[in-house]
Amino acid sequence: MNLNETQLLQAYRKMRQIRAFEDRVHEEFATGEIPGFVHLYAGEEASAVGFCMHLTDEDRIASTHRGHGHCIAKGVEINGMMSEIYGRRNGICAGKGGSMHIADLEKGMMGANGIVGAGPPLICGAGLAAKFQKNGAVAVAFVGDGASNQGTTMESLNLASVWNLPCIFVAENNGYAEATSSTWSVSCENIADRAAAFGMPGVVVDGHDFFAVYEVAGEAIKRAREGGGPSLIECKLNRFYGHFEGDAQKYRLKDEVKNLKQSNDCLKKFADKVLDQGLLNKKHLAEIDELVAEEIDFAVNHAKSSEKPNSADLLTDVYVNYP
Amino acid sequence: MARIITFREAVNEALLQEMERDPKVIAMGEDVIGGSGAKGEMDAWGGPFGFTKGLYGKFGDRIMDTPITESAFIGAAVGAAVCGMRPVAELMYIDFMGVCFDQIFNQAAKFKYMFGGKAETPVVIRTSIGAGLRAASHHSQSLYPIFTHIPGLKVVVPSSPYEAKGLLIQAVRDNDPVIFCEHKSLHYIQEDVPEGSYAIPFGEANIVRDGGDVTIVAFGLMVQKSMEAASKLAKEGIQCEVIDPRTTSPLDLETIVESVEKTGYLVVVDESNPRCSMAADISAQVSDQAFGSLRGPVKMVTAPHCPPPFSDVLEDLYIPSPNKITEAIRSLK
Repeated sequence: MNLNETQLLQAYRKMRQIRAFEDRVHEEFATGEIPGFVHLYAGEEASAVGFCMHLTDEDRIASTHRGHGHCIAKGVEINGMMSEIYGRRNGICAGKGGSMHIADLEKGMMGANGIVGAGPPLICGAGLAAKFQKNGAVAVAFVGDGASNQGTTMESLNLASVWNLPCIFVAENNGYAEATSSTWSVSCENIADRAAAFGMPGVVVDGHDFFAVYEVAGEAIKRAREGGGPSLIECKLNRFYGHFEGDAQKYRLKDEVKNLKQSNDCLKKFADKVLDQGLLNKKHLAEIDELVAEEIDFAVNHAKSSEKPNSADLLTDVYVNYP
Repeated sequence: MARIITFREAVNEALLQEMERDPKVIAMGEDVIGGSGAKGEMDAWGGPFGFTKGLYGKFGDRIMDTPITESAFIGAAVGAAVCGMRPVAELMYIDFMGVCFDQIFNQAAKFKYMFGGKAETPVVIRTSIGAGLRAASHHSQSLYPIFTHIPGLKVVVPSSPYEAKGLLIQAVRDNDPVIFCEHKSLHYIQEDVPEGSYAIPFGEANIVRDGGDVTIVAFGLMVQKSMEAASKLAKEGIQCEVIDPRTTSPLDLETIVESVEKTGYLVVVDESNPRCSMAADISAQVSDQAFGSLRGPVKMVTAPHCPPPFSDVLEDLYIPSPNKITEAIRSLK
C-alpha cells in the first residue's frame, strides 16, 4: 500500500465527512425543514473517496441524484452544500439547484444530476476537452446500477472507446435501482462484464473496501492519463438509507440494513485495517470524528440561519446574455 | 463586387472562419468528415449535406466523425462546452433530437441556472429542418418551437445564405447553447455573401420588405415564400411588411409590435405544426401588447396538425405556400 499517514487521514476524514453529512441530513429531513427530494450516499463512501483521492481540481467528475458523497470527495465546500440543500441564497448553486444539482466546476465537479444516465455523455465531453487542452486530466462518470442499463451509458462507453478518451466509468452497484434489485435488472452477472463489449478493461471491486477501490481506481486513472483509454469499474456496495428520504424500503429484508452496517460498513473496515496494521491510532480517528461532527453542526446551523433567495433572483442566470 | 454563393457554402465558410479564429472551436457529427476507418478517401462526404467538406484537411483532429450515437456525441459536445471548448455539433435532422433531447433540454439548457450562474455552455447544435424533399415524417419536421419553449436555449432559423453565415458566426461566439436550424430547401439557394467575417446579433429582426398595409412575420424558408406572396399582392396594391425575426429565442417582439401598430394587421407564417408554434406564440404576444392597434384577427399560416406526409400531393398540401399566404391576407381586406 502506497498511502502515507497524511493520505490515510485524508481518506478517513473525507469518508467520515460524507457519513456524518448524510446521517445529519437524514435526521434533519425527518424534521421537515429540508425541502424536496433527497437521496443519501451513506454506506458508499469508499467508492467516491477511493476514486477522488487520485484526482485534482483539473480532473472532472459527473455524479448522480445520489451525489453528496461525490461532491464532498471532490472537494466541494460543505457549508455551501448544506446551504444549497436548505435552498438558501448562499448555497453553492444560489439555492437554484438543490440536492440533485450540486455542482462546483472550479473543483471539477460537473454536477449531481436528476436524470439517471445523463453523466456519461457529459464525461465523454470532459475527456474530449482534456485531450484538446493537453492538460493530462481525466474524467470520471459515476453511475448507479440503474444507469448502467441506460442507453446513454452504453453509448458513452462505445464513444469513449472509439475516441480513446481519458474517461473512467464507475458503476456503483448498491443493489437497487430505486426499489428494483440489480440482480434482476442487470442482464449479466456483473456490470463490469459489459466492458468487454466496448473494448475496454472491466473490473469488479469490493466497494466496501477503500483500499481495494483506491488501488483499482489508481490503475484505471493512470491508464487514462497515459492515453491508454477508458475503463469500466464496478464497485459492489450498499446504501444504508432508502432510495430517497421517506422510502419505507419494504423491498428490503427486515434486518438487511442492520446486518450490512455490522458486516459491510466501509468506515469500520477502514478503521479496523489501519488500527490492526498500526498505520493510524485511535486518537487520530477520534479527533477526526470530533472535528467532522463540529463541521457538520456548523454547516447545518449556518444553513438554517442563512437567508433564502429573493424574488429578483428568479430570473437571473438563465442565460449569459439575452437581449 | 458581388460574390454569389450557396447557403451550404456560406455555412461552410462561417465554420472555417470561426475555426481559424479560435482554436477552442471544434466540430463533430455523423460523417462530418466521412470515411473514418474506411479504406477509401477521408473527407468523402463532409457531412451528409456536404456542409463541412474540406474542414478536415484544414483542421485535422478538430473535426471528428462520431458513431451514430446522438445521445453520446451531443452530450459530449455539451460536456466539452462546460469544460472550456466551443463545440459545433451537427445533428443531421432535427427529427433525431428525440434521441438526445435530455442532453439538450435538461443538461445544456439548465446548467447555468441550476448551478447558480457558475456554468457556461457555449455549444452550437446545427441541424436541418423542413419539408419539401418527400422525406416523410422522420426527416421533414420544423421542430424549433419545442426548443424555443426551453429557457436557457437560443434558437436560430436563418432564411438565406447571408443570414446563415452571419448568424452562425454569432452562434459560435455566443456563450449560451444555440440550436441552429437550417432549412433543407434553402441549402442550394444562392445570394451575395461577403467574404469577410461578420456576425449578426441575436434578437434583432430583419425587416426584409417595407410596407404599410399588413405585417407578415416568417421564419427560415417561409421568409422566401412570404416575399413571393408580398410581390403578388403588391400588384394588387397591398403593401406587405415582411419581418424575419432570425431567432425565435430571443425574439424581437418590439419590431413586430411596431410594425403591427403601423399596419393594423398581422399574419404569421410558420412551417411548424400550429399548436404551441411560433405562430401561436407571436399571435398571443401581439394580442397582449398591441390589441388596440389590430384592425382584424391575427392569421396563422402553418403546416396542419398532422405529421409531414410522404406523397408529393399530400406534402405540397402540408407546406405553407405563397398562395395560402396571399389567401390569408386577402381574407383580412
